[in-house]
Amino acid sequence: MDTIALLSHSTPTAIVAYRAGIPVTAQQFLCDAKRLTESLPAGEHVLNVCADRYRFTVGLAACLITGRVSLLPSTHTPEVIGQLAAFAPDAFCLTDDAHCDIGLPQHYYSEGPGQPDAAAAWSVPQIPVQQLAAIVFTSGSTGTPLPYRKTWGRLAGCVRDGAPRLGLLDGRSHTLIGTVPAQHMYGFESTVLLALVSGNAFSAERPFYPADVAAAMSAVPRPRALITTPVHLRALLTSAVQLPSVDLIVSATAPLEQDLAREVEMKFHTTLLEIYGSTETGQIAMRRAAQSAAWRLWPGVRLQVAGDQVFAHGGHVEQLTPMCDVIELLDDEEFLLHGRLADLVNVAGKRSSFGYLNTQLNAIPGVVDGVFFLRETGGGATGVARLGAVVVAPTLSVAALTEQLRQRIDPVFLPRPLIMVERLPRNATGKLPQQALQSLASTHLQMNEST
Amino acid sequence: MSDKASLIQQPAPLTDIALQREIAGLLVRALNLETLPQDIDPAAPLYGEGLGLDSIDILEVALLVSKQYGIQLRADASENQQTFRSLRHLSEYIAAHRTK
Repeated sequence: MDTIALLSHSTPTAIVAYRAGIPVTAQQFLCDAKRLTESLPAGEHVLNVCADRYRFTVGLAACLITGRVSLLPSTHTPEVIGQLAAFAPDAFCLTDDAHCDIGLPQHYYSEGPGQPDAAAAWSVPQIPVQQLAAIVFTSGSTGTPLPYRKTWGRLAGCVRDGAPRLGLLDGRSHTLIGTVPAQHMYGFESTVLLALVSGNAFSAERPFYPADVAAAMSAVPRPRALITTPVHLRALLTSAVQLPSVDLIVSATAPLEQDLAREVEMKFHTTLLEIYGSTETGQIAMRRAAQSAAWRLWPGVRLQVAGDQVFAHGGHVEQLTPMCDVIELLDDEEFLLHGRLADLVNVAGKRSSFGYLNTQLNAIPGVVDGVFFLRETGGGATGVARLGAVVVAPTLSVAALTEQLRQRIDPVFLPRPLIMVERLPRNATGKLPQQALQSLASTHLQMNEST
Repeated sequence: MSDKASLIQQPAPLTDIALQREIAGLLVRALNLETLPQDIDPAAPLYGEGLGLDSIDILEVALLVSKQYGIQLRADASENQQTFRSLRHLSEYIAAHRTK
């Protein structure tokens, strides 16, 4: 049976993680994972919401060792948690938050003694490549999240193939510091799995403000890699905070403009690599945006055009998978990205579709008609463009409707502005021209400013 | 509470309200909020149900606060919720830590 080791650290004293700057050895990590396996409840499906990246990773390891499946939904709204419970009635939630309000049976993560069992033999669990390790959900376009089943072989194989291109297999122990949560596909792959599979270490923190990022980086030795997003990079550039030396910056969730990529490399004296992937395929391409607009595919992965749709296959992708972006193939291994397909929405790395959001909006009692749209202006220092919505709901207030939406969709998609109208500006064929929505929005915002 | 204690706890109301107003205006402008600055309840939560801010908004505000008042916000997730608990909390934090 083919297997891939849970971690590829070669000695028991190799470092797997840093918690508040304190190193955790591979031996300690395996002890913590083994201890957790003994206390987990019976369910086979686990929603691991531990905010501490170390606890999350111990939870993941305990699940892999015992054959449990990690559930990775795109958001934790009551609506989605309800759908998860229906999808996997045995699911429980592993949490490190005493006030966790997720509506599933909860198992609280408790810290162990912090000392590995000195008598324990050094033995790294081998996980079968065919073992179902995780189910990742996209929001779909119809109102029900779509599950994607990920075997350990696909997950581990994907990051293992990417590690040498990131320069992480040079024999030194690198530390990955992530501003992205472990539960997001990118953070899951590029902080948690990457550290395990490439024999490197991750920082347990998830720094938020620029000053936090600098502190989390200072707390770990070089070489260090910052795993982040365009939102945080813009914040770091705008802020006056001095970053300590950083050996690599990795960005994903949205492509960076070349000017911004160059600015990042110059200001922080480092290399910035961008990763492209999707929930369905995992990571499949990389580029150094400061030098090239073209993306280079992972070894073995290929893109193929069929009609007006581009599919990925090969390598860790295995089956033909449609991509959600407008892609121009340059040759077998390189391509350009030209934005999202029309229905898709990406706000700060959270993905949804207008189809899904509109279905949720129109399912609210009292909503007669309503649509979401992407605002063309705004974005501020972090560069994040937000959504707006135009709604016909004579019996509802803006506040009541917002509260209903909050139960159903991730907060980053909450419409701002939410414009109440008597009827939508539909044209003769019943369609809603983007222009009509944009002008409604700007009129609405101007009216607000002049009052 | 004795009269003396309540006297000591009286803040300088005009400055506080002025700063609070100023910060409310900053929030509304930076985040394109639909509320008027004077309509933001100083005690209502900024996150979630209250004003409806999320973590991207908070980062946006943090950048403005560092630029305008010379404060680099530092926080783990829980303290972060504390500073941004309400307009009043944020204003008090800024008043106590501002360097310009």
